[in-house]
Amino acid sequence: MTSLLGLSADEWTAVALSLRISVVATACALPFGIAIGWLLARKEFWGKTLVDGIVHLPLVLPPVVTGYLLLISFGRRGPIGAFLYEYFGIVFSFRWTGAALSCGVMGFPLMIRPIRLSLEAIDRRLEDAAATLGASGALVFLTVTLPLALPGIIAGLILCFARALGEFGATITFVSNIPGETQTISAAIYTLTQVPGGDAAAGRLVLVAIALSLAALIASEWFAQRAAIRIHGD
Amino acid sequence: MLAVDVEKQLGAFKVAVRFEAARGATALFGPSGAGKTTVVNMIAGLLRPDHGSIILDETVLFDAKASIDLPPHQRRIGYVFQEGRLFPHLSVRQNLDYGRRMSGRPRDAGEFERIATLLDIGHLLDRRPRALSGGERQRIAVGRALLMRPRLLLLDEPLASLDAAHKREILPYLVRLRDDAGVPIVYVSHLPAEVRRIATDVVRLNAGHVVATGGLELLDDPEADAFA
Repeated sequence: MTSLLGLSADEWTAVALSLRISVVATACALPFGIAIGWLLARKEFWGKTLVDGIVHLPLVLPPVVTGYLLLISFGRRGPIGAFLYEYFGIVFSFRWTGAALSCGVMGFPLMIRPIRLSLEAIDRRLEDAAATLGASGALVFLTVTLPLALPGIIAGLILCFARALGEFGATITFVSNIPGETQTISAAIYTLTQVPGGDAAAGRLVLVAIALSLAALIASEWFAQRAAIRIHGD
Repeated sequence: MLAVDVEKQLGAFKVAVRFEAARGATALFGPSGAGKTTVVNMIAGLLRPDHGSIILDETVLFDAKASIDLPPHQRRIGYVFQEGRLFPHLSVRQNLDYGRRMSGRPRDAGEFERIATLLDIGHLLDRRPRALSGGERQRIAVGRALLMRPRLLLLDEPLASLDAAHKREILPYLVRLRDDAGVPIVYVSHLPAEVRRIATDVVRLNAGHVVATGGLELLDDPEADAFA
């Protein structure tokens, strides 16, 4: 059974699932990315170096280790996983939500860095000016700080999304490789390369992966340029 | 009426000033490093004094003993900075409108028109701050501060970043502002010529202290600093 682009229904499922997981992972990571980026850029507090280190850990740890840590903490019997299930009915293990969690965690350090840098680059005196014009702290943040940090936020979003799209090791360790639930493009390609005659299907998915990554890069470039024009004029 | 009586220790430098400013334009006059900007930052609420009080009309803006420290956004004091500090991500119109939007007041086309005319900025509204000359930028900054309906206007060396031609261009607007806008002005400058054009009262500062208060005659007195 083939459909558009010659992808089978199963392959489309993997593509759609990958997109859904990456979008959800990126969207959920964003508020945390802005909050922690802001803390790291603006505040001095005890344990700042530790927070910085933990946030960046997924970048340097083997992904399998990150996946295993997620499994023992966010699994149904893990301390956090059990709590979330008990009180909110949220389940991560062997669900697409778990894949989104691992993708978000893996993409997080890539999201934080540009956001933090753009927040550090903002001229704080503009925020003072906004305050004298009657803007409370929250309004200063929404009307001056965030818009001026927009290029960094966009860069962070795209990097996190791209990382989420390509995530493999942590996800497969945490939520396994279940078609239709946790089998992303990467996991599907891996599976196809393990079975005889899977090369053609793997090849099609590889092309899709390349196309999606390129599209993300082009989109990020376009948004970054538009944001820069908005802030700095022509 | 603005009544300032504050102390602030900044490293080895101590600012301790006491003065009053009534209607019209009061100049904070003195050499660079006299603590002029420090004083206006305390009036605006951007810098917290160690001791003392700041009272504007009947409102206590700051009182160390009573632990009153109104945040800048509740003081309604217009502040025109040396470098303008226009928001680069907003158009001129949005910059001018910022104070009104933050206070949630409805649009007042008449007021906007009046101030745009006063400062002659009507033709710049759709531009970005980047595309403005230094003089235009400072006029927008003045307009932005006026449109928030301030109870007091602080002008911190608003001409410092301008060349002589642009200074001559903007000075008449500031004089008009003093005469027409009806808002008391505190004008910071180290240039006697500028102060002479704009101010009615002079508070002379040196090394963080008030060395003399009075009228424009203080500008002619080179010995005034000797009392520091």
